[in-house]
Amino acid sequence: MTSTTPAAPAAPSAPAAPEAPQRRGRPAGSPLLRYLLVRFLLIFPTILILVSVVFVMLRLTGDPITAALGGRLTPDQLQERIHEAGYDRPIVVQYLDYLGSIVRGDFGTTISDNRPVTQVLLTYGTATLELVVYGMLVALLIGIPLGRIAASRRDSGGDATLRVASILAYATPVFFLGMLLKLVFSVWLGVLPVSGRASTISTLKMSREGSSTGIYLIDAISTGDGAVISDVLQHAILPAVTLGLITGGIFLRLVRTNVMGTLATGYVEAARSRGVGERRLLRKHAWRPALIPIITVIGLQTALLLSGAVLTETTFEWKGLGFQLVQYLLARDYVAVQGMVALIAVIVALTNFVVDVIAALIDPRIRY
Amino acid sequence: MSAQTTGPRAVVDIQDLTVTFSTDGGDVRAVRGVSLSVAPGEVLAVVGESGSGKTVTARSILGLLPSTATTEGAVLLSDRAIRDEVEGADDSGTPVVDVTRLRPSLLRKVRGRDAAMVFQEPSSVLNPVFPVGWQIAEGLRAHANVSRAEARERAIEALRQVGIPDPEHRVDHYPHQFSGGQKQRIVIAQALVLDPGLIIADEPTTALDVTVQAEILELLRRLPKELGTAVVLITHNMGVVADLADRVAVMYDGEIVEQADVQTLFRAPRHEYTKALLEAVPKIGARARVTEPARSVVDASAPAADAPAPVVEARGLRITYPGRLRQPAFVAVDGVDLSIAPGEVLGLVGESGSGKTTIGRAIAGLTPVSGGSLEVLGVEMNGVKERQFRPVRRRIGFVFQDPATSFNPLLTIAQCVAEPLVVHGVARDASAARPRVDELLEAVQLPRAFGDRFPHELSGGQRQRASLARALALDPELLIADEPTSALDVSVQARVLELFGRLQEELGFACLFVSHDLAVVDLLADRIAVLHRGVLVEEGTGDQVLADPQHAYTQRLLASLPVPDPVEQAGRRERWAALR
Repeated sequence: MTSTTPAAPAAPSAPAAPEAPQRRGRPAGSPLLRYLLVRFLLIFPTILILVSVVFVMLRLTGDPITAALGGRLTPDQLQERIHEAGYDRPIVVQYLDYLGSIVRGDFGTTISDNRPVTQVLLTYGTATLELVVYGMLVALLIGIPLGRIAASRRDSGGDATLRVASILAYATPVFFLGMLLKLVFSVWLGVLPVSGRASTISTLKMSREGSSTGIYLIDAISTGDGAVISDVLQHAILPAVTLGLITGGIFLRLVRTNVMGTLATGYVEAARSRGVGERRLLRKHAWRPALIPIITVIGLQTALLLSGAVLTETTFEWKGLGFQLVQYLLARDYVAVQGMVALIAVIVALTNFVVDVIAALIDPRIRY
Repeated sequence: MSAQTTGPRAVVDIQDLTVTFSTDGGDVRAVRGVSLSVAPGEVLAVVGESGSGKTVTARSILGLLPSTATTEGAVLLSDRAIRDEVEGADDSGTPVVDVTRLRPSLLRKVRGRDAAMVFQEPSSVLNPVFPVGWQIAEGLRAHANVSRAEARERAIEALRQVGIPDPEHRVDHYPHQFSGGQKQRIVIAQALVLDPGLIIADEPTTALDVTVQAEILELLRRLPKELGTAVVLITHNMGVVADLADRVAVMYDGEIVEQADVQTLFRAPRHEYTKALLEAVPKIGARARVTEPARSVVDASAPAADAPAPVVEARGLRITYPGRLRQPAFVAVDGVDLSIAPGEVLGLVGESGSGKTTIGRAIAGLTPVSGGSLEVLGVEMNGVKERQFRPVRRRIGFVFQDPATSFNPLLTIAQCVAEPLVVHGVARDASAARPRVDELLEAVQLPRAFGDRFPHELSGGQRQRASLARALALDPELLIADEPTSALDVSVQARVLELFGRLQEELGFACLFVSHDLAVVDLLADRIAVLHRGVLVEEGTGDQVLADPQHAYTQRLLASLPVPDPVEQAGRRERWAALR
């Protein structure tokens, strides 16, 4: 017990020690940059793991040629095709070969209709992207304002109604809701198209006069024809609402819970004690901190939205990834399936990166 | 009880206030017939223990009670907007508003403008996602049309007023970039910028370290003098009262039992409760030094010259927490030497972040040792394997700070207390351990029947006794108590400490008593060790350390501690100012 030297130089008993300013956050963005860089680099192992898992899972069931064509070709023919495609090589070699071609942007060629998977992904991926964006918009438009209303009128009749409605929304199967909406708006009322992404005339017009991004709204606008734009939008309404309602119900609950949590915090009460009005408390003081967990979950929901898109696309014959995925699954075309699942994995990983960026912009504790 | 108006006209005049909360278990009257009044520039302290109704009274001044509360009586708040217009209005014609009867829209206008609040926990009352300047300006914008530039200017001014260095730059920083004391300064700035006639400070320094508390008290003391702001100070800390208050109202069970000016109250308390409260406050140097005979008993059992092998021996102990994202590791404990002899109580004192809890956890094998040597009951803890330490673990008891969270809410008290017996194979199950559990409950002065209750059915003090019973279940040679009484009221704390001291004498276990409260440590410890930022700066007997501190930090720590005596505290304040 000898460490009692009064003016121990090792002891950092600097002047005014307890209130020394913590200057770790300079507004310059170096910690933020490092954070973003780490998050960005994390995308790659995520994708690698997902792609590998998909590869292993699909290969466990045998080679793709036998799966797709078994029973239709003679064993000799099968063997020849398998050899041609290199599926008789050791699995590790195939795996490394597959990873190598993915890096080059080559996902192989479909077995059932002999198209490059990359082309399939581009064509149908854009359609799915468009649907998911619409669905997300609808979900946010429903979830955020209604969730805030429910939170601010906690346990009132309105809150209870919204809560029940949100449970109904996300408990309803996508295809059932889709069928129901079709029945009401397309069959009974006849105001909206039953299925597809556009009428035949519009499709023709877009392919002749418009751009070819694959995102119909952009293509329609580029034709400059009001009727085409209106037609494309009308086709989008029901699928977007179907997809959006389900996710919107989840968002509503999410927003409600988080805003209720922040409304009960000391800082909201403190702002109230200084005369800040209830509406501003809800819209500013409680909203911004509640947004941090909300953004994170919204990112995770994107994956769910994509799987919902598969069912929505099938219900509305929206020729996107999900619609096509079902076709290829039925044809047991595992090369195509593998490519599509890999693309979905990439999309989910990228979305999560975007969410991390947004979260960093909202939360100063990440930023500095 | 009638309102005592001490000044020409009161800033706030509470008349016969009764607050009732409707709960599932029927109505609860939290405040009963309270009358108080505060003159401009006066500091009124409202003291009492938890549940006495002091916070409810304070919050009713701003109408900040939950919707389950019903208020009767009146809270007359002097209306500043009108007060400013009617210059020199006389006593009778003072425009006032009754807060209890205001419409929500008018109540909003009163809040902050006529009276503003300073809260207990500065970290939780600052919004983490907005810059502090914006948060200060929000109050201004709520009451007047203020341009962005002007709001910023006034926020900077308010930060300067409360002593935040470099306010032009700091105004754009976020709460997490400030220290705890600075955060409380910012909370005070949020109130000051609105220029209210009254500031209600609800336990403004309870969450802060002693040396930081002294700084904040100094700031609060300037308000009435320089700005003429009246202060209602809600606190349970009699030292803070002695330091700051002009007048004191003592609350007990929803009523004001005594009201007097601060000198009179401390010199000649009239009500029994006030007397008991003042007596319960631990004071440095108050203990009759009975340790010597007690120590000689221990020493007699061992050879006189050679001290018995210490229960705990640390040499150059170093504990680090790994840094995040390749940032350097955080050194929590740096080169600490200490030892605890059998049957000895070592008080480990320090402020938050000093490493005192880390040392306690390392001794209990809950935190790995990074460097140096730490021997606990003969086992070297640096690089120890769980399997080697397991037999030692049963010889160590641990009492946690918060009795509310250290019990499994789904188990009865008896099951909780029996747990160490069952885990270490002394008893087969909780029911087999019951005789021992009853014995333990008796030892900590809890009725046996309490064994069948659940933790939430016990009060804080009772829970902490049960926690002590659990720690003593295996008759440990070493007890580690980490701030065992900081969550308790003063009078409860006094009883738990007394029990603790008696049990220690009877059972003779060695003890590491970790606390931030010098007076509490002084009451129990044979020796005191002072930690400052992971370094042991001073160590010795209570008399040595507290009466004649050698290290500058210990001196500052002692000087910062407000003593519950207004006359003595005034003198201490000057000495503290010299040490700053």
